[in-house]
Amino acid sequence: MQRLLDNKALWRGIAAIIIFVLIWEVGARSKDLFGWTMPFLGKLPAPSAVIAAWSHVIFEPGYWMSWIQSFKRVMAGFIVAMILGIPFGLTLAVNKYFRAVFFAPFEILRPIPPLAWVPASLIFWPTNEMSIAFVTFLGAFFTIVINVLGGARTIDVRHLRAAQSMGANQWHLFSRIILPGTLPSIVTGAAVGMGITWEVVLAAEMISGGGTRSGGGLGFFIWNSYIGGSLDQVVVGMISIGIAGYLSSSAIRRLGDYLMPWRRFF
Amino acid sequence: MHNSPQNINTTALNADSRDSKRGAASASGQSRVVLKNICRSFGDEWEREDVIKDLNLEIEPGRLTAIVGPSGCGKSTLVNLIAGFDRPDSGQILLNGSPVTGPGRDRMVVFQESALIPWQTAYQNVVFGPKLRGDLRGKALQDRANRLLERVGLSEFKHKYPLQLSGGMQRRAELARALINDPLLLIMDEPFRGLDAMSRELMQEFFLRLFEENRRTNLFVTSEIEEAIFLADRLVILSNKPAGVREIIDITLPRPRDLHMMSSPEAFAIKGRAMAILYEEAMRGFQDTATDRSAFLEAYAGRRG
Repeated sequence: MQRLLDNKALWRGIAAIIIFVLIWEVGARSKDLFGWTMPFLGKLPAPSAVIAAWSHVIFEPGYWMSWIQSFKRVMAGFIVAMILGIPFGLTLAVNKYFRAVFFAPFEILRPIPPLAWVPASLIFWPTNEMSIAFVTFLGAFFTIVINVLGGARTIDVRHLRAAQSMGANQWHLFSRIILPGTLPSIVTGAAVGMGITWEVVLAAEMISGGGTRSGGGLGFFIWNSYIGGSLDQVVVGMISIGIAGYLSSSAIRRLGDYLMPWRRFF
Repeated sequence: MHNSPQNINTTALNADSRDSKRGAASASGQSRVVLKNICRSFGDEWEREDVIKDLNLEIEPGRLTAIVGPSGCGKSTLVNLIAGFDRPDSGQILLNGSPVTGPGRDRMVVFQESALIPWQTAYQNVVFGPKLRGDLRGKALQDRANRLLERVGLSEFKHKYPLQLSGGMQRRAELARALINDPLLLIMDEPFRGLDAMSRELMQEFFLRLFEENRRTNLFVTSEIEEAIFLADRLVILSNKPAGVREIIDITLPRPRDLHMMSSPEAFAIKGRAMAILYEEAMRGFQDTATDRSAFLEAYAGRRG
């Protein structure tokens, strides 16, 4: 606890947020305070109004259901992308025949933005929920694969040679050298992929309109608030997403630190 | 260009089939490596360039053979061939009479810079080989690893990751990692490159003691002529690309050696002779372009004056 209180970076962060919120508050109330509307900030709901709306919303189960819905979708797409993407990327890096067959189609599909897949996947998949999961998966998959591939191909050949001299077989080379050597890139890919997944989920939720059976999610929460004309709630939804994204990516960072003790000294 | 007196000093080439086979010889780390007419070239068809051509050399058991040559002359290619990471286009490499067909624990390489595995601690790096093979385990392995780590002065640092070790410590950990495999031949590929002058000198002295203790057959590749003279029993000078054996100088400085011997007239004589040959070989690299050659001559003259 004492260490937390002594943490200067933490206090600077908190101070920065307070200052930022104060400027926002003053900007949003500029019409009442100075008689003229500050551009941009003047059109936003004030933080006090947002907090008021928030304190109202947190007692509604629908708000928390939206959190859970979006988290579920993000995790489903993300985890499937990890499960398929890591082996796919590693195989691309290690096996030249596999690379010859799959790399070109992969590179053609990769630049297609995940959102461009939405109409096609709505037609293709039987339920809305599956289409959203699929689009989310695509968002993370390509990023993870390209990171894993890049990471695996920069492995120091001397490590492979040293291991070979000491009697390593193919499995040893893979499990002791290639996999741990690629781990930093896997974590980077996961962190970036996680960010993209959040973007995609929310956009997909807005486009698909949530649907009655599939439930809203935070994206639909924002859209619904916008349709209902509640700008305060739109901002509540936006900040909720910011917090959710931050929680997800810091979880990945911590996991990365835990898995890679040798990198804590960089 | 190829009429330079290559290969004339090469020791008689006998595979020496009476030599004990690998297993029996491993206890003492004594082994003979014979390279016969090695050729290796790289590149596609019309651009194909010979890096090593008709190289003949015998690495004698229990001695430290240093290889020097102009930079980029193919020293690392030679290391890769002997270690088995690469195969010659033609010619034969024999280790105690049996042909080298791939990498193996009987020829351990200490790489340029450091090639410790970053995600393993010093201790984990050292036990890596025996654990992979499963030929040494439990208490016996622990004891052996700890003894070696103590021998290289890393007992207190054995649970540190390579990035937490200094350059000199990394080199010593790598030596321990190679030695635990009890190789017949220890190949050092410019092992002390990248160290500052002070650490380098300390490492040379440390390595010298280590070698003089058990005389494990050693091939030491370096670009520093003084380092080679200080450490080696035989100095092999390679010709410029394509590499072949240009000259072999026996270094008769007594053992155990110390740095004072480097200022003896004998050491100076060897250095002078080796430098003259190296200069000649370096000049061959500039023959194609006259401007390069004059620029080099100018720089060389400036350095002497």
